[in-house]
Parts: sequence; C-alpha cells; structure tokens
Amino acid sequence: MKTSHSTQRLVLLITISLVAFTYIGRLFYLQVVEDKYKLSADENVLRRIIDYPSRGLVYDRNGKLLVFNQTVYDLMITPREVKEMDTAEFCSIIKISIEDFRKKFQKAKNYSPYRSSIFEKQISAETYGTLQEKLFKYKGFSVQPRTIRKYPYNTAAHLLGYLGEVDENVTAKNNYYQMGDYIGISGIEQSYEKELRGRRGTRYMMVDNFNREKGRFKEGKYDTLAISGENLKLSLDAELQEYAELLFQNKRGSAVAIDPSTGEILAMVNSPTYNPNLMVGRERSRNYGRLLKDEDKPLFNRAMMAYYPPGSTFKIINSLIGLQEQVITPETYFSCAGGYRVGNIFVHCHPHSSPLDLRTAVAVSCNSYYCQTFRGVIDNRKYNRTEDAFDAWRNYVLSFGIGKKIDVDMPHELRGNVPTVDYYNRFFGKGRWKSSTIISLAIGQGELGITPLQMANAACIVANKGYYYVPHIVKEIGYKHYLPELFKKKNYTMVDPKYFNAIQDGMEWVFERGTARGSRVDSLVMCGKTGTAQNPHGKNHSVFFCFAPRENPKIAVAVLVENAGQGAHFAAPIASLMVQKYLLRTIKRPDLEKRMLDAVIVPMANDSTVLDD
Amino acid sequence: MRKQKSIFQNIDWLLVLLYLVMVIAGWLNIFAAVYNEEHSVITDFSQNYGKQMMWILTSLVIAFFILIIDGKFYDAFAGVIYAISIISMIAVLFFGHTVAGSKSWFRFGDFGIQPAEFAKFATAMMIAKFLSPLGLKKNTWRTRISAVAIFFFPLLLILLENETGVALVFLSFCIVLYREEIIPGWLLMIGISAAVLFVVSLLVPKMILVTSLLILATIIVLLFRKWKTFFVVAGLVAICIGVVVSVDHVFNHVLEPHQKKRIQVFLGMEDDLKGAGYNVNQSKIAIGSGGLTGKGFLKGTQTKYNFVPEQSTDFIFCTVGEEWGFVGTTTVVLLFLALLYRIIFIAERQKSAFARIYGYGVAGVIFFHFMVNVGMTIGLMPVIGIPLPFFSYGGSSLWGFTILLFILIKLDSYRTFVLR
Repeated sequence: MKTSHSTQRLVLLITISLVAFTYIGRLFYLQVVEDKYKLSADENVLRRIIDYPSRGLVYDRNGKLLVFNQTVYDLMITPREVKEMDTAEFCSIIKISIEDFRKKFQKAKNYSPYRSSIFEKQISAETYGTLQEKLFKYKGFSVQPRTIRKYPYNTAAHLLGYLGEVDENVTAKNNYYQMGDYIGISGIEQSYEKELRGRRGTRYMMVDNFNREKGRFKEGKYDTLAISGENLKLSLDAELQEYAELLFQNKRGSAVAIDPSTGEILAMVNSPTYNPNLMVGRERSRNYGRLLKDEDKPLFNRAMMAYYPPGSTFKIINSLIGLQEQVITPETYFSCAGGYRVGNIFVHCHPHSSPLDLRTAVAVSCNSYYCQTFRGVIDNRKYNRTEDAFDAWRNYVLSFGIGKKIDVDMPHELRGNVPTVDYYNRFFGKGRWKSSTIISLAIGQGELGITPLQMANAACIVANKGYYYVPHIVKEIGYKHYLPELFKKKNYTMVDPKYFNAIQDGMEWVFERGTARGSRVDSLVMCGKTGTAQNPHGKNHSVFFCFAPRENPKIAVAVLVENAGQGAHFAAPIASLMVQKYLLRTIKRPDLEKRMLDAVIVPMANDSTVLDD
Repeated sequence: MRKQKSIFQNIDWLLVLLYLVMVIAGWLNIFAAVYNEEHSVITDFSQNYGKQMMWILTSLVIAFFILIIDGKFYDAFAGVIYAISIISMIAVLFFGHTVAGSKSWFRFGDFGIQPAEFAKFATAMMIAKFLSPLGLKKNTWRTRISAVAIFFFPLLLILLENETGVALVFLSFCIVLYREEIIPGWLLMIGISAAVLFVVSLLVPKMILVTSLLILATIIVLLFRKWKTFFVVAGLVAICIGVVVSVDHVFNHVLEPHQKKRIQVFLGMEDDLKGAGYNVNQSKIAIGSGGLTGKGFLKGTQTKYNFVPEQSTDFIFCTVGEEWGFVGTTTVVLLFLALLYRIIFIAERQKSAFARIYGYGVAGVIFFHFMVNVGMTIGLMPVIGIPLPFFSYGGSSLWGFTILLFILIKLDSYRTFVLR
C-alpha cells in the first residue's frame, strides 16, 4: 500500500512532537525558571534541630543563687505515628480531660501530621516519672526536656522579671527567635536577655517522609554549637531586699537602696509584690491573669514606674539650686510666722523657731523658707522673664536625674514629671503665671512626679556632693566580670560641689534634732530628709531619703509608703532600718522594728490637707 | 518467500539500541530511587533494583525468543493470542490477587503477573489482523464497530479489574483506527471536544456555559445562513447541552471517590496537598528541585527519602528530574520522541498491512503511556497510575513492552520478504 495516508501520519507526528515539546517547556519552567520547588524540597528534607543552651544563672552581690534552671518536660506528639491506645489512662496520667485530649490532638494534626509538636507543655518531673514507664504504650508521643526558671528566694520579683513565649512582633523583628521560644519580657530577664540566653546551636538533619532522621546535612557544615548563657552577678543584697520586703508587709509603696560610691542598686522593693515562682510553669498564664486583675496591682513596678510627689525631700534640691543661683547662702535667714502668704495663697507651716538659717530650715523642714528661696530663684533679676528663670530651674532639676530616664539597666523605667514652660503657658496662659502661681513646686508638690528610683539617685548625688553613677543592678556579667562603661562614668549636676556641705549639715541635723529624730542610729552619722507627699489619691504618702555614713557614704535609700502620713512615721524608720541592716548587719532597735513589721496601713481617704513636717 | 539466513538479519538496530538505552537508564534510576547504604549490592533481590535486573535479563531472553520464532507466527496466531489474553483477564477476575483495590494480579510466590500488560500487544495484533485483509470494506459501520470492539472488550475487562489507568491505555488504539481511516478525523475531534467540554463544565457555571454555547451557535448560523448548517449546529448544541447538564451526575455518581478527587485536584478545584494532591505536589518538588543539571546520581534527597510516592514505578520520572535535572528530563523526552518517530517510520516502510497496523498500535500504546505518565509527574495530567515504558520498575510492564516492541522488530525484519 502506498503512502496515501500522509495527512494522518503528519497529524500524528505533529501531535507527538507537540506533546513532547510542551513537556520540555513545562520542565524548563519547573526546573530552571521556578525557584519555589527547590525551597520546598529543602523544607521537605531538612529539619533544623535546635539545641537550647542553658540560660545564665543569677546571683546576688554575696554569691547567693537567686535564679536557676529546673528541667521540665514538654510532651511531644507526632499525630501520624499515634496508634490505638488507652486514652483514659493517658489523660489521667497527664491530668487532662478526654475532651482536651481530642482538642489537642486535632490541633497537633492541623499543624502537621508528620512533624512533632508540643502536646502538653511543661509537665512536672513527677508526672514525667509516671509517664515514662508507660510511654512505650503510647506510640507517637515523646518527651522533650526543657528548662524553666526557679527562684529559691521569694523576693525581688519585679527586678528579676520573668520569661514568656515570643509573639509575632518579636519574631518579625528579630530572626533569632522562632515561635515557641522563650524570651525575657520583664526585669533583668529582659534587659540582659542577650547575655542570659547564650547562643543556641542548630543542627541540620536530613529526614525522610516519616520524619526519621537520616543523617547530617552536608556533614554538619552548617551546624553551630550551643553556647550557654552568661551568669549574672547582681549588685542586689538579697538579705537586705528580703528584710525590706518584710518591713513593707501590709503596706504599699516602694524603697530603693543604692551604693552612692558605685551606683549599684542594693535593694529595690515594690509592695505589694508576688512570688516570682508564680510566673513559670504550666500555671503561668492563669497566675498572671490573676495578678493582673488584683486591685493591689502586685505586678506594678512602683520603684521605676510610679510618679509620686516628692514632698519636702525636694527641698534639698531647691536649697542647692538656691545656693548655686546665689539667691541664698547657708547664712541667709528667713522668718516664718506659721506659714507663707502671697496674694491669696497661704502655705501653712508648723511651729518652730524663727527666723532660721538654711541648715535649720532643712532640719525642721520650714515651708516658708523654701517658698521664699523658690521665689528668689524664679524672680531672679538676672533673668529677664519668669519663663527663662523657670527654664533654668528646670534644667537644674533635670541635672539631678529627675524628669528624665536615668538609663537604669532594667526595662520599663519612666522619666517622671517636671512641668515645662509650655505646660504652664497652656494651663495658665502665656505671661499669666509667676513664681507665686507655681509656689507649690517650692515644697515638692504641684505637678512634680518622681519615681522612688530617682529619689534614691538624688540621695546619692547629695551623698557624693554633686555627681552620680547611673544606677544599675548588675555587678558583673559572665566569667569575665564585665560591666558596661556606662555605669563607670560620673554624671555631674549643675550645682557646684562646694554647696553640698551646708545641705549635708542640715540633713545630719534632721536625725540629730530635726524631723527624723526618732529614726537615728547611735553608731552612724546619717543624713536624711523627711517628706509628706500630699496626693489626690487619699492620705498623704510618707516619704524619706537618706544616706550613710556621711563620710564615704556606702548606702543611699529612698522610701515611700503610700498613705502612711508623715515621713517621720513610716518612711524614715524603714529607711533607717534598711541602712542599719546593710551597714551593721544587726538591728538593735527591736521596738521600732516591731512597730514597722506590725503596722497595717489600709489606704484611707484624705484626712490631712496641711503640709506640715 | 525465502528463508531468513540469520535471526539478526535485517533487524532495526537503532530501535534495539533505543530500547537498551532506555532500559539501562531506567534501571539506574530505580537503583537511585531505592538506594540505601545497607543494600548496595546491585543484584540484591530483596530490593526493587535487584528484581528489575532480573526482569531485564529475562526480557532479553524473551526478546531473543521472539526473534527466533518465525515471523509468520504472529499473523497466524493473532486471534489465538488475543483469545488467550482475554481468557486470562477473565480468569484474573475470579482467581486474581487483590492489590490496593484492584484485582488484576496473578501471584506466584514473590512475583506477580498482570495479564492486562500482555493484553496490549495481543490487542495490537488482533486489530492488525482484523484490519489487514485487502478486501476489507473500511467505510462501513460494521467494520468500525468491530474494530472498536476489539479494544473495548479488554478495556471493559480491565475496568472491571478496577485498573482505570491501564484501561484508558486501550483508547490509544484510536490512533491506529485514525491512521487506517477507520475513524475519520472529525469524529476523533468530536470525541476530544466532548472530553474538553466535560472538563470545562466542571469548572464553569452551567448557566454561563449554556448561554455562551447558544450565542456561539447563533453567530455561526447567522454567518452561514443555510438550513443545513442550522440543523447541524442545532444538533451539536443539543448534544453539548446534554453533556453539560449530565456532567454533575456522571461526576458524582459514576466516578469513584478517589477518581473524583484526582480530577478535582488536577483541575485545581481543590488544593489538597496532604491527600490526593500530595503525590503531584511532591513530584513537582522533586523534579523542580533538580534544576538545570540535577543533584547528581544517588544524591536526590526527595526520592531517596521517599517523599515521592511510587517512585520506582509510576513516578520514576521524578528521580530522573531530581538527579539529572532539566538536561536529564529533556534527554528522556527526546529519547521517547526518537523512539516514536522511529516506530512510525518503521511502520510506514512495511509492505505488510499487518506489520504496519501493528506498528501504529505499538506507537499508540507507548505514546499514550509516555504522555500520561510524564504529564502526570509534571502536573499537566491527572494522576493516572500507568508506568513509563522501559523505565518504570515492574516485571509485567517491562515484559509486556519488550514483547510489544520486539514483535515489531521481528515483523520489520521480514519487510523484504513479504509481498502482500
């Protein structure tokens, strides 16, 4: 038969060729053009296995272990491998309901039937013990150890902080973290996250379709070793901290103790507080929710975040500004007739001798003296306008670390509040306010808001006669005993050191014959200043700051007890007990101590409008 | 007619060479797909590559026997072979071994035989036998229906065995019928169009489809303005609408759930990467990850670690793609193109109608396998489980294709003797 069928043959050949070349084109696209399949292939076969390094331990200044790691066990599941099993028994061992089991199983399955994921977080060592014996019966389940933080002392919760799982914000910004990782989200756990966490190791393993390990990828060329976190030695004195927390029982408030010669924070009390062990483990989120809802706000870090009016303690700063501005000298006398009147404003004072000099004014906390000093500063002729004088005053205040962040090595520090010219211009109208309008600033009231940390730092400045080291909680980092340079630098105020002597005299008199007579410690030369902070939230706050000894000061303390009345009543005794505890290690004033321990201060309505100290 | 001097006289060595290249390349890829360090002896019979080695050697023996048997045998016994094949397929329905829901295997110890694989060459021979007589009246419906029945009979039996993929292979004999002008081109086109319409009606809402069909018909009628056109178009539209309307019924009630799923995944109606779509997705990943030149022999992670299912049988092309890259896959596609061209060239040079028609049968079967298998691995065809000729692991399949091809080689070696 001749080839009369050439049309058909041609059609067939063309069809075959078309198919072949279509396929070649498609293959070119899949293999050469498109990249996503190469990535998917790696995703299929490569498993990144993370070796978590142990997190750094935390010690106090005397080598007491404050934070360590405890092993807990995450129960892992690979849904595909799960076979028929005694679900009821399994649930009773890990203490979940069958309903929960179903939910968790479905969740894991939705994540991936092939890959292992967390079924139940952080089961305890005891539960693990029981489970381990029977684990062979539950195919598809395995246990992965991990560590959680443990706190042998129930103290300094706010300062130590806690860990939490990272959220999307963190993983989006920082590619070190992956979902499920833990990160410090408060306290030193947050500020020293990088040092504490160490560097995790990564191994790349090749796995088959059942997720079985088949060997290291490229002989471990891309693997990294885990590096343990660095240990931290804190400047905290755990004994002092615990003692201070004890003194604060049944009271609200805060105390901060700093070594003025170094800037090391010795204690930082927040009351009420909570047990740091509540913030770890399976119960963490429930505990956290409960603490968050608590009316007493135990999670609130008063030491760095609460704004309190400093009250009369602020007179020390106004004195120094007055001296530097040469509005007064230590020998300037003002008279006081039970108060200070300007226009229709009258600032009360309490009975004391009159007229009086600067040292006595500090010792007895005379309101009139400071109203006149403050007016002198604000109405100073060398400034053309009130606004300029006020700005100058404000800059002095800022140089004391008040009204700005002082860069402490803990998160969530707030800057406090020192009003600005703009603020008064808005509030009263431009040119419509003068020294008498803002006279309450003279005695530490008005718009001033200061954190206890700033108050303690101000005490350090006076102790050091004009400078401070940035307060810090870390003494040494890691085995190299490293400390950031920031903390080794002196920060000077705008007040000349020569003006501090007279002030220190007055502060010494506070203990000798002034407002804090009742809190003096026989063997110590202490300097301090009481304050009674009027506030809109109820009874006056009891405020006190001090340092000791006067020569070569080793500790500066600021104490604020909310709604506890006069500074001399609670803040001064507590501060003096803390000083004594730290410097002498023994308390020889059992009555005072007992009075402080027993006192229960229930917040009450404002019953005192007189600012008398 | 003279006697052949030697059995190797007039053999088409190019075809034999293509065959050997493909079989050896296939074996290397099976070795790579199954390879692991524990079983690295190439003749390990517990592993697929060891078995395949044996299948290859026995295939060569079979090929040898085909070549020494007298060339007239096939023409003479085509009917008997076809009958035996049909009987064995009926027998397998009763005595066969059920594997994954398909009853298509006879088991002998460790090894199995799948009669359907042998039905391909038997049917090819039967069709050749039926269409080769000179006096055959080609343009009668009787001839057409008989010819179609020859391959529809085994097709239906294999459907009963639940081997849809293998059954569909028999549709490739349409190519033979087309070449022999038993089925005119336009009829084939209508058949293909119906299939396309079926698919389209699954994807496009019915109302839109029916409306657009009517608009199209109106335009054609208005363009031609003849009564004859009107009736033809009206008839076609009626059929089309019938197909469109009945699609859902067929889809939901006639097809098996897994077939439905595969069609849905293939058409992108469902993106089921962990279920039915898993195979194709993994297959594309394996091939795509090969890049231009591949990861190298035995270095394919996707195939080695079993991400690709059925990788030594239906998805053997993935191993080629991953380890040899675009260069490798293109080579394989071009090898098939060369093989098919050569087969058609050989078919066309036959003086014997039987040999020519058989040749087209061989081309059709191999082309269909190639098109569906490779198309499936690269996501251009739905997942239909049929092997890649000469490459895929499997004794019945390799034996079947060897017999299919070598009968043609034998028939071709007689081309100078046969005058008919």
